[in-house]
Amino acid sequence: MSKKKQTILSPVITLVTISCLSAYVLGYIHEKTLEPIKAAKDKQELQAISEVVNEFDNNPFSEQMKITTKNKKHKLTMYPARKDGKLNSVAIKSYTNTGFGGRLEIMAGFNVDGSIKTFKVISSQETPGLGSKVDEPKFKEQFSGFYPAHQIMKVKQDGGEIDAVTAATISSRAVIKALERAYDAFSNFTTGNTTDE
Amino acid sequence: MNSVSMSNLTRGIFKENPTFVMLLGMCPTLGVSTSALNGLGMGLATAFVLIMSNIGISAVKRLIPDIVRIPSFIVIIASFVTVIEMLMQAYMPSLYQALGIYIPLIVVNCIILGRAEAFASKNSIWQSFLDAVGMGVGFTFALTTLGAIREILGNGSIFGWSFVGEEAHPMLLFIMPPGAFLALAGIIIVVNKIRGVK
Repeated sequence: MSKKKQTILSPVITLVTISCLSAYVLGYIHEKTLEPIKAAKDKQELQAISEVVNEFDNNPFSEQMKITTKNKKHKLTMYPARKDGKLNSVAIKSYTNTGFGGRLEIMAGFNVDGSIKTFKVISSQETPGLGSKVDEPKFKEQFSGFYPAHQIMKVKQDGGEIDAVTAATISSRAVIKALERAYDAFSNFTTGNTTDE
Repeated sequence: MNSVSMSNLTRGIFKENPTFVMLLGMCPTLGVSTSALNGLGMGLATAFVLIMSNIGISAVKRLIPDIVRIPSFIVIIASFVTVIEMLMQAYMPSLYQALGIYIPLIVVNCIILGRAEAFASKNSIWQSFLDAVGMGVGFTFALTTLGAIREILGNGSIFGWSFVGEEAHPMLLFIMPPGAFLALAGIIIVVNKIRGVK
């Protein structure tokens, strides 16, 4: 009887001990890396912002504000870039869930006249070597100076003006969707519908 | 170093290469090897987890009852992977972004569980370490080779450096999933020829 009890108990104790130990170690490392991870993310974000806007001398990261799309469904973050106190461009962090691998986040840069400056993919789960090419100059260059208000921002297969990345039409469409969302919010903001939350 | 240690170390690199000879860990092999750099990064990350888990499991092997050894191994491996994921995110954000979703997948890489079960749970810490280094190098070598071949054929570049012009049309097939199978099959033909397998 006691022998049988032992054979059931000892595996349970072992597994519980191992799980507790591993939980403790993970918790400890999580706490230790929380700050560096946040710092690394902020640095990456600021890096992404400075890549998509014009030259600036303010801190767009600390001046960030929330803007919403026209239907008030999506809340995006906007980072204004100023030079000598004058707004010259904005970066808007936008996203879509229609990427080939799910969520795709971009940092979109807009000039004050409403044209796209450029964008940068900040996180995606697109296929490496295929969908990930939407972040390469060949695809991106098509958007620089693009006016979403006057031109058709769609891939050629859908009757637009954009050449999709070969073998990655879904990823290309996703980027356009995220850009549209950013533009929607941006134009909503410039027409005066700010949100004060 | 005596001959047993030597053979434990070198075995994984070619004679029992985890990818080309034992055909283990096919999921990351086929999934991540779209470029030489991705293959190298994934190989190194896996090798690191393999070494840590082999040492850890070999150290506690006597304390773990037989019937719960697989769950225990998985918990240990998963902990190491999560630790590496957090450390990478904090101190090597660019590598973390490049590897993305494939880092958590290291947990289910059967090479790691395979070595834990077949080697580390029966051998000393030192021998397990050598075995892990050998297997890790073998896996990294295999992934980098496969990645390089696919990148050259499918993208006209190597380690991100393009050697064909803008207008060239490389065989895109090779960086798509079917190309992974074709390239791997090609390599295995060569490897089997060298090993003299009929």
